[in-house]
Amino acid sequence: MSTHENERHPDFGHVAPLKALFGTFGALLVLTVATYGATYIDLGPLNIWIALGIAVIKGSLVAMFFMHLWWDGKFNAFILICGLLFVMIFIGIAMLDSAQYQAELIPGYAPAIHP
Amino acid sequence: MSTNDTPMTPAVVPENYLNCSSGFRSWFFTLDHKRIGVMYLASILAMFLIGGIMALMIRTELLTQGQTIMSSDDYNKVFTLHGAVMIFLFIIPGIPAALGNFVLPLMLGAKDVALPRLNLASYHLYVVGALVCVLSIVLGGVDTGWTFYAPYSTTTNTHVSILTLGAFILGFSSVFTGLNFIVTIHRMRPAGMGWFDMPLMLWALYATAIIQVLATPVLGITLLLLIVERVMGIGIFDPALGGDPVLYQHFFWFYSHPAVYIMILPAMGIISEIISVFSRKHIFGYRAIAYSSIAIAAFSFLVWGHHMFTSGQSELMNMIFSALTFSVSIPSAVKMFNWITTMYKGSIRLDTPMIYALCFMFLFGIGGLTGLFLGSLATDVHLHDTYFVVAHFHYVMFGGTVIAFLAGLHYWWPKMFGRMYDEKLGRISAIIITVGFNITFIAQFIMGSRGMPRRYYDYVDEFSLLHFISSMGSYVMAIGFFMVAGYLVKSLVSGPRAHANPWGSAALEWQTQSPPVHFNFDDDPEVCNPYDYSRVQYDAASGGYVRVPSEVKPA
Amino acid sequence: MSDSQSSSHVDSAAHAANPNLQHHFDSMEQQYESGKLGMWLFLVTEILLFGGLFCAYAVYRHNHPEIFTYAHQFLDKSLGGFNTIVLIVSSLTMAMAVRAAQLGQRRLLTTCLALTLACAFLFLGVKFVEYEHKWKHGLLWGKNYEVQGEMAGATEALMIPAAPSQSGSAADVDPNATILPRAARAPEGLAAEVGDHGDGVADAADDHATHGLEPKNVHLFFGIYFVMTGLHGIHVLAGIGVITWLLIRSLRGDFGPDYFAPVDFTGLYWHVVDLIWIFLFPLLYLID
Repeated sequence: MSTHENERHPDFGHVAPLKALFGTFGALLVLTVATYGATYIDLGPLNIWIALGIAVIKGSLVAMFFMHLWWDGKFNAFILICGLLFVMIFIGIAMLDSAQYQAELIPGYAPAIHP
Repeated sequence: MSTNDTPMTPAVVPENYLNCSSGFRSWFFTLDHKRIGVMYLASILAMFLIGGIMALMIRTELLTQGQTIMSSDDYNKVFTLHGAVMIFLFIIPGIPAALGNFVLPLMLGAKDVALPRLNLASYHLYVVGALVCVLSIVLGGVDTGWTFYAPYSTTTNTHVSILTLGAFILGFSSVFTGLNFIVTIHRMRPAGMGWFDMPLMLWALYATAIIQVLATPVLGITLLLLIVERVMGIGIFDPALGGDPVLYQHFFWFYSHPAVYIMILPAMGIISEIISVFSRKHIFGYRAIAYSSIAIAAFSFLVWGHHMFTSGQSELMNMIFSALTFSVSIPSAVKMFNWITTMYKGSIRLDTPMIYALCFMFLFGIGGLTGLFLGSLATDVHLHDTYFVVAHFHYVMFGGTVIAFLAGLHYWWPKMFGRMYDEKLGRISAIIITVGFNITFIAQFIMGSRGMPRRYYDYVDEFSLLHFISSMGSYVMAIGFFMVAGYLVKSLVSGPRAHANPWGSAALEWQTQSPPVHFNFDDDPEVCNPYDYSRVQYDAASGGYVRVPSEVKPA
Repeated sequence: MSDSQSSSHVDSAAHAANPNLQHHFDSMEQQYESGKLGMWLFLVTEILLFGGLFCAYAVYRHNHPEIFTYAHQFLDKSLGGFNTIVLIVSSLTMAMAVRAAQLGQRRLLTTCLALTLACAFLFLGVKFVEYEHKWKHGLLWGKNYEVQGEMAGATEALMIPAAPSQSGSAADVDPNATILPRAARAPEGLAAEVGDHGDGVADAADDHATHGLEPKNVHLFFGIYFVMTGLHGIHVLAGIGVITWLLIRSLRGDFGPDYFAPVDFTGLYWHVVDLIWIFLFPLLYLID
């Protein structure tokens, strides 16, 4: 599949090594199977954290190697982390609040099972 | 530099970005940031006119008790559209997209913004969004209030879906402008201009852009969910389907609180420029002002719950948000003190932009301090949804942003169009607008503290006098605005030619001719401290300021 | 968006050295880095856009775990898993495409783009099968949730009557009328849930799932499911559009070591689409 018509490296921008790309690909496949397999083990409330943990690892792999963050200027990674941070602030506060407020004040709104 | 070589104002207008090409296509499909800025300016002013007429309709309706000029249903629609038009179509794009677009690359000594096509796309999206919003008005309007609170917005028969679709499109326009500014400031600074050598306007636009990029998508998804809710009945915000309407408010204010800083931050940038230039004194506390812009942007994401103290939000979050709200006052006050200190012992000139800047400090001071009343939990429960909130909001948004917008407009008008306006009329109308504004809204502060609820069609006897005064104030303001419109239009036709640097600023945008050439600068401008006035001197022969060469290398 | 972003590089200005260099940039590197920064900022806006949906998910999952444990059984884990693999493969081919563009391997570039495109269509095809299945069985959002076919057996003990009652038919006709009848029904549901509160609160969710008892407001799960996967699907569609455009340009031989920004930026976009699915898959399909 490799065709070498005038292969030359560009003056700027990083060319990802094949090893990194295929390594990432392999790791992603393994982790997908792991996520799938983890659903057959019941760890109670830990389940979701394991699933999310694996997803975070997979996401980081994609961001670092497929998206070149590992080799890029650090500012792009900084932007991504900032964005995630603000998503977490948003979700965190909304969850904290909705778990607290007296939902029975809202007509028709079903209160939480866990008080 | 061309300014040094041509002391005399030339009789023929030299080639510039306005006259280098002509025709509809050369404007509507231009990639030139200056033309895009001017088109934005014209568009937002048209929207300001529509929103302003609606404001006058509201005040006229409230002039007397009972029905004055319209039915209660129409009144609901008019105040909704006044809010939506003013916020989404005028004030959010107002300073960044119109004035910012024009001056940002000039201040960087660059030929254009980094992504000119994206800039044009932003304007086209603005036009499409504006047309969609106008369509909703033509079809009969919306009566939810500009906040579109669920569950009313999911059940009313008015055209909420169309208006929110318009706001959704405008959100993209706003994101593209912000994104473009961040990239431009990062990648297009000229050699020799570090982060702390930039004019403070650029710091303000940068902080604004951060909020635009981080907050606007959440508005996008909120409005999208609202449309899906209305069209398909998805139930996420609808209590009748087990959904949570308070969650809608979290979604909405996660954007819309930071959005008020999208509105005020660039205004603060304009004031930082003007105060320094018209005091002929280096800005005091440069780094403090720069950092406080970023701090405001960051804090703005942590305080949205103070809009929801009485919404059913939990007591825990109420207390946390109330405490966090006070943190925003710190960077705002830092700016305020720095502006005042900049003026101290300066040689102050009271030209029109400076008059507006002083009015800004007065009005924004009142707006900011009343914000503290509303941020404290116990007072807010009493004042929530009264005219006190309306007055506070207008003191910040009108007294802050619109006054600063006018300051910036008058400040950069000679650069944009190469013409001077009537200075005396400028000063008089600035004062008329400020006086009219105070009459309108001080009356509303009093009414609010006495319990007059906002958005009501009618009121009891005891508020008659105050409502009457408030309406009269709004007419005074309208007179001021018509004066501004009059002399600005006149200046375009017959105003005297503007000098390249009429105010004596040291920033880069004044180093090119007025109006600038198509590619902004004939030669690369000399990068220097934008607040060092020692090398900018008045030149009586040309009637403006010129740079004098100095033996000392500029810092 | 990534389209208008990267297409800005098509402009051929007066810079003699490279026709792809725009007039206001000094060098191709400055132009490339500007575009890349812009693309990253755009991706952050995408993440925040989805962040809102993840927030809705988190709030409802946290407050109503029983709905999620019950309703996720109706999703097909295998199809979801298959689609995950498809997207991962497409991410690899996209990353390979970027590399090929950078190295000027034109044939490889075209192949990789075509493979990515094929994966994208495959993903949407599988998605279509899933949607159709849910549509057939009435596993839909909000007021359209009406379980039919073999699924209906599990919902004997409905707390909200699914069959069109007096109030139900009114709901279909006039959206304004929904608020009252629905709210009026709520007390029944509440009463039933109060019973659950009495004994072992923590087990309530499991009870619902294992005994085939349908909890209240299951349609909320499907509402969230359709909005999240629907918005993701729209992004896949947009990606298909842009990648097709890249494919045409690559056949024309536009890309090489001097000019590969559009491929690179589209790649970033495509990886984010993959990234979001990486989170959607366990959160929607693999609950419990």
